[in-house]
Amino acid sequence: MAVEPILKGRGLVKRYGKVVALDNCDFDLYPGEILAVIGDNGAGKSTLIKAISGAVVPDEGEIFLEGRKVQFTKPTEARAAGIETVYQTLAMSPALSIADNMFMGRELRKPGVLGSVFRQLDRPRMEKFAREKLTELGLMTIQNINQAVETLSGGQRQGVAVARAAAFGSKVIILDEPTAALGVKESRRVLELILDVKSRGIPIILISHNMPHVFEVADRIHVHRLGRRLCVIRPQNHTMSDAVAYMTGARVPDTEFETA
Amino acid sequence: MSGTDNFESVVKERRTEAVAEFHEDKTLIKRFQHALHTTPALVPMIVLIVSIILFGLLIGNRFFSAGSLTLILQQVQLVGIVAAAQTLVILTAGIDLSVGAITVLSSVIMGQFVFRYGLPVPLAILCGLGVGGILGSLNGWLVAVMKLPPFIVTLGTWQIILATNFLYSANETIRSQEIQAEAPLLQFFANTFKIGADENGRGGATFTYGVIFMILLVIVLAYALRQTAWGRHVYAVGDDPDAAQLSGVNVRGTLISVYALSGLICAFAGWALIGRIGSVSPTSGAELNIQSITAVVIGGISLFGGRGSIVGALFGALIVGVFSLGLRLLGADAQWTFFFIGVLIIVAVAVDQWIRKVAA
Repeated sequence: MAVEPILKGRGLVKRYGKVVALDNCDFDLYPGEILAVIGDNGAGKSTLIKAISGAVVPDEGEIFLEGRKVQFTKPTEARAAGIETVYQTLAMSPALSIADNMFMGRELRKPGVLGSVFRQLDRPRMEKFAREKLTELGLMTIQNINQAVETLSGGQRQGVAVARAAAFGSKVIILDEPTAALGVKESRRVLELILDVKSRGIPIILISHNMPHVFEVADRIHVHRLGRRLCVIRPQNHTMSDAVAYMTGARVPDTEFETA
Repeated sequence: MSGTDNFESVVKERRTEAVAEFHEDKTLIKRFQHALHTTPALVPMIVLIVSIILFGLLIGNRFFSAGSLTLILQQVQLVGIVAAAQTLVILTAGIDLSVGAITVLSSVIMGQFVFRYGLPVPLAILCGLGVGGILGSLNGWLVAVMKLPPFIVTLGTWQIILATNFLYSANETIRSQEIQAEAPLLQFFANTFKIGADENGRGGATFTYGVIFMILLVIVLAYALRQTAWGRHVYAVGDDPDAAQLSGVNVRGTLISVYALSGLICAFAGWALIGRIGSVSPTSGAELNIQSITAVVIGGISLFGGRGSIVGALFGALIVGVFSLGLRLLGADAQWTFFFIGVLIIVAVAVDQWIRKVAA
């Protein structure tokens, strides 16, 4: 492929005591694509994602964002670089409002003295922005931007979390098991949301165990096994059984990369 | 999509449909529950108003006068100030058992620095406030950086600070007359102004500076908690520290700032304590721990963190004050006050659990 990857990992190693979670792992994400990461439990998917999103610092290896080497020691650093993550737990404060949650850690303050001396939040601006972002992604069912997140349904919460990531993630969005806790209908909505976000040109890393969902939305599938990238396949050339066979080790893929 | 039977295609087509709808149950109780969920200070406010009316009806003008009602304010000023500090800590799902000890030690330092070392009074007061802030930061450091449970940390520092207080002061009280003569600034919070008093200065509403300070403190903190990013972070940390961390909140910094601020407020309470009792006594303020936690709980602030408002804590302190003065004027045994406060605590926690069910 002639295009440079927007996000590239090379030779990533992470050890937890004697356990090697990442074993010289490589990773590539190209602009505008949805890359699914699949792998058995304990294969090191989460560690890989955490290394990219700054939640874990790899012991060895390098990460490049748009060709420049980056080193994240905290999730906030990755966020500042334009990598947003939607965690499986969603990382939201249930008792706080949707607007508060969307701006958590990057609140807007009122202009002038009210903001600089009295540190007053600019609620109208934050609420307007939050409402716009939710509307853009078709989450109109949420009526009151000031309602507490705990009063939302699971799908709506996921929607808010994705909207937050989409609103601030300028370069890469990482979604960790976004449909795992949802019903059929709500999962469907979230998948549409993912495609919506993709159509804006932001590449997405999708971690999921759900093969039908992965095969439906992913452009390429990164199969993770025993702490490293086993192969990258294109969903149209393989069946779901193939993918499961690769990730469990029942079958060995012919090539590491597929070009077509 | 090879190899599936397209079981999801049914839902795929109906795109316009809402993901979930709210069929809000508009019964009166549900609406009340919802109102409480958004404004948790409502319950203590209602309890406070009802109890004032109740005692007013039972006792009459002796209770329902500007003098008596402002007397309640004077009696709760210390608990109110310390409860404000306690609220901040409890909002982060912690607890501060060292508030009483910090209050007393700060007051002792302010007094002893003047009378033992002859420091200028304002400097001695600054030292007392500084020590309060430092001790609070120590609590915060142990909780946030060493990751020790707040209950254990403050149980330990409570004993340490209290012992230091007795060792340092040699259990010696500085008498009120001496303070009045040599360092009246220490009794600053005892200054009063009256509204509606007769020419002999009797009757009417009496406000001490301590009461004014308590009210201003609650207003400032209420603003900070609602209208600033720091306040939102305090709630987020109490709600779910991991989520707060992942969404970019400096959890460690927020926790340390909360405990440090709590210590500083307690030091101010120590200054107000001198104004309240007139003297500097190392044995005073022992009951502030339990009283502040009581006020916070009755005020509808969740001990599990992240819920409640600081105004509620002020209401909680006032409720306790109304009950103790009201029952005393009724001539009831003082034990009845504790009896009813015990009942109120349990009711308050039950209401908190009920409000949380909105989420479910």
